[in-house]
Amino acid sequence: MNLETVDVVVIGAGAAGMSAAAELARLGLQVVLLDEQGSPGGQIYRGITLAPLSRRDMLGPDYAHGNQLAQALASSSVRYEKGAAVWQVTRDHQVSYLREGRLHTLQAKAVLLATGAMERPFPISGWTLPGVMSAGAAQILLKSAGLAPNEPVVLAGCGPLLYLLGWQYLRAGVPIKALVDTTRPEDYWRARRHLFAALRAWPYLRKGLELMRSLRSAGIAHYTGAEHLAVEGDEAATALTFTAAGKTQQVATRCVLLHQGVVPNIQFSQSLRARHEWDADQLCFSPVVDPWGELDVPGVYVAGDGAGIGGALAAAVQGQLAALGIASRLGSINTAQRDHQAEPLRAKLESNLRIRPFLDALYQPKEENRIPADDVMVCRCEEVTAGDLRGFVALGCAGPNQAKSFGRCGMGPCQGRLCGLTVTEVIAKARGVSASEVGYYRIRPPIKPITLGELAGE
Amino acid sequence: MSDSRQRQGDVLVIGGGIHGLSTAFHLAQRGVKVTVLEADYCGRHASGVNAGGVRTLGRHTPEIPLALSSRQLWHEMKGVLGDDGGFVPSGQLKLAESLAELEECRQRVAQLQALGFSHEVLIDQQQVFEIIPTVARHVVGGIWVKDDGFAVPYKTVTAFRLAAQKLGVLVHETTPAQRIEQTDSQWRVTTARGVYTAEHLVVTAGAWAGELAAQIGEPVPVHPEGLMLMVTHRVAPFCAPVLGATGRSLSFKQFANGTVVIGGKLMGSLDFPARHGEVDMTRLGTSARTVTDLFPHLKNLGVNRVWAGVEAFTADDLPVIGASRKASNLSYSFGFCGSGFQMGPGTGKRLAQQILGEHSDISLDAFAVDRFEKAALLTPLSALKTATSIPHH
Repeated sequence: MNLETVDVVVIGAGAAGMSAAAELARLGLQVVLLDEQGSPGGQIYRGITLAPLSRRDMLGPDYAHGNQLAQALASSSVRYEKGAAVWQVTRDHQVSYLREGRLHTLQAKAVLLATGAMERPFPISGWTLPGVMSAGAAQILLKSAGLAPNEPVVLAGCGPLLYLLGWQYLRAGVPIKALVDTTRPEDYWRARRHLFAALRAWPYLRKGLELMRSLRSAGIAHYTGAEHLAVEGDEAATALTFTAAGKTQQVATRCVLLHQGVVPNIQFSQSLRARHEWDADQLCFSPVVDPWGELDVPGVYVAGDGAGIGGALAAAVQGQLAALGIASRLGSINTAQRDHQAEPLRAKLESNLRIRPFLDALYQPKEENRIPADDVMVCRCEEVTAGDLRGFVALGCAGPNQAKSFGRCGMGPCQGRLCGLTVTEVIAKARGVSASEVGYYRIRPPIKPITLGELAGE
Repeated sequence: MSDSRQRQGDVLVIGGGIHGLSTAFHLAQRGVKVTVLEADYCGRHASGVNAGGVRTLGRHTPEIPLALSSRQLWHEMKGVLGDDGGFVPSGQLKLAESLAELEECRQRVAQLQALGFSHEVLIDQQQVFEIIPTVARHVVGGIWVKDDGFAVPYKTVTAFRLAAQKLGVLVHETTPAQRIEQTDSQWRVTTARGVYTAEHLVVTAGAWAGELAAQIGEPVPVHPEGLMLMVTHRVAPFCAPVLGATGRSLSFKQFANGTVVIGGKLMGSLDFPARHGEVDMTRLGTSARTVTDLFPHLKNLGVNRVWAGVEAFTADDLPVIGASRKASNLSYSFGFCGSGFQMGPGTGKRLAQQILGEHSDISLDAFAVDRFEKAALLTPLSALKTATSIPHH
C-alpha cells in the first residue's frame, strides 16, 4: 500500500491539538490536524470560530479565549482536515480516518493524541430514562446550536462544569429548578490542605466563587451534601429524589442534567496498548507519559486532558511542550533548544495546574455514584446491571475483559466509553482488590464507527 | 495413582482453552483428579474469541469422524454440562457464486458420499433462496449441513470450566507454565506461581504448545497466527444459518441479538511475545466486500469492533492430537488451525479415553505428533518451507 507520508499527525482540534499543531508548524514541521467536528475548538471551545457574538457573550470570557488558539491555527501552515473521524492509530504511526465517506490512511513520523476528556459516567437509579442527560451533552447543544431545554431543569452532581453550565443557562434565560450538589462539608475539609496552592491560582478560584455566587443570588434552590440520588419515572424522568440535611427531597422535573467530573479519553492510548496507571486522586486511568507527553509507544504523544485532567489552559501549554518534544525527536530542533524553549512553558503549566489538587479533592465523585447498587444499569448498550457484574465475579470474572465475554458488557456501540470506569470499580470492589489490579477494557478499532460499505471501499 | 498433596494430581493440563477444559471435564467424569494451569484467564485466546462456528462442513477427511462425534456432543451439551454454550443448530451453508463453484461443490459431496459420509448435501439456487431470502441473486447453489450451527465461544469455555470445577477439577488462572520435565515417572511443571506435579501431562496450550513440546525434544512444525474477526452493530434478522463461500474466504453469521460476526481465516499480524493479535484493516476490506457483494443491503451497517485471536497452525492444516512419541504419560491436543472450536467437546472426550486406555472407533492416527517427521523423510527439504518454527519469548 502506498501511503501519504507526513511529519506529524495531530488528532483532535481542541485546546491541546490547536496549540500543538500551530507550534509544530512554527518549528518547521509538516502537520496534518485531523478533527471530527466541522470547525476547530474541541469540547471547551466548541464552535469557537462559528459562534455568533451574542452566544460567545453568553458562554463567557473563558470560551472566547479559544479564539486566540483558533486564529493562530488559521494563520499557520497546518493542514487542518475537518470532519475527519480517526478510527485507528497503529504503533508504527499509521493513522486511518474516515472523511466524506472515504477511508484515508496517513503514515506519520510521530503522532500526537489530543483527544481530551470524556464525562465520567453517573450510574444512579433512573439515569437511563429519557429526560436525563449529562451536563456536558447539554452544553454541547448550547455551544453548537444555541439549544437549551425549554422547561425547568435540575442540575445534579458536582464539578466546575456543572456550575458553569448553570451560570451559562442563567445568562441564556433557561429556568433552573434546583442545583443538587453532592459536595459535602467534609469534602471542603479534605480539600483544605490544597487550599494554599489553590489561593495562588486565585483567578481560577475567583471565577469559581463568582459562578457559585451568581447561581445563589439568582435564588436557585441549592441543596448540598445530597445523597441517594435517583431519577424517578416510568417512561421518562418525572423527578429527582435525594436526601439532603437528613431530609428526603423530591424535585419534580422532566429534565435532569447529571455531572460528576471528566476523565481522560484513553480510547486511543488503550488501543495502542500503552501503559496506563490508576490515578487515585482523579479516580481514573491515565496513560503513563514522559515530560513531553510521549507514551511508552515510541513516537506517540498525548497532550491535554487525555493524559490526565488539567483543563483547557494547561492543555494548550501541554500541546506546546509535546510539539517541542516531537520537533526534537524529528530533528528540527536539538535537545538544548527544546529544553530552553520549554522552560517558560513548564512554569506556565505549573501555574495552570495549581488549582487541580484542590478541585480533585473537593469534587471527588462519591462512591455511591460510581459503584451503584445491583439494580442500576452499568452498560447501557448491552443492558448489563451492577448486579449482573457481581454475578460474573462470583463465577470467576476477574476484570472488564472477561466481563465482555460473560455478558457482552462494554461491547455495544459506545465501545465501553460510558461504562468502562464503572465496570472496573464495581469488579474491584466485589473482588476486594484495587482498580489498578482489575485494569480496563482492551480497546479495539474502529475507535469511531465505519460501515461495511466504507470498509469495502464502495 | 499419586497421593493428594496440594499441588499434585493424577493429570496436569496446560492450557485452559476449550480443549484443555473439555479434556479435564471428561477425565474428571471418570473420576480422575485433574489440575488445569492457564497462563492468562480461561478462554483468553482462540477458544474464547473465535467466531463460534460449530461446523463439520468442509472439514478435511481425516477430521470428519471426530468432528461428527463432537457435533453429537454439541447437541447434548445442555444435558451434560447444564449449559448449552449458546449453541444454535442453525445449519451451515457454503455458497456457490458461479457454475464452476457449484461443480466444485458437487464433486466434494460426491467424494464424501463415496467415503460413506452423507452430512454435506448439495442444494440448488431455489433451496438457497428459501434458506436465506435476502442473499444476492447471483448465488447459484451450495452445500448445506443442517445439523451444524454456532455457539458463543466464551460461554462454552466457561460452561466446560464450571462443569469441570463442579467435578473437582482445580483451575489455576494467571499461572503460565514455563518448564516441563519428567523425572521418576512424575511430570514437573514449573510456573510463575510454583511447581506442579502429576503422573500424566496434557498439553493443550494452543499457539504456545509447540514450545512446550520442543522442550522435551519433540519439535512440531507449528506457528502462531493472529486470526481476525469483526462484528457489526445490530440489524434486523435476515440470515439464520452460518454462511461460507466457495470461491473466497468467508465465515458469516448473525447472532440472536442482531449483530453480524464476519471472519473466515483472515490473518492479521501478531505480536507473539505480547500475546496479542493485531488487526489489519486492509485485509478486512476484502472481507467486507465479500459481505456487501452477497448482502448489498448491509452496505450501511456499522462495524462495531474488530479483533484478533492467537491460534496455532500446523504445516498440513491438521491438529496434533494424541500421545507423545518421545515421552511417556504425555498427551497433546493443539494446532487446530482455526477450526478447533467445534472439535473441542469430542476431542476432549476422545483424548480422555486414550489417556485412560479406553477403546474408541475414532482413529487419531492422522493427528500423530510424529507425522511431520515421517513426511520429512519422504519429502525433499525444499518442500517444507511452510513449516516455520515457533518464535521464542
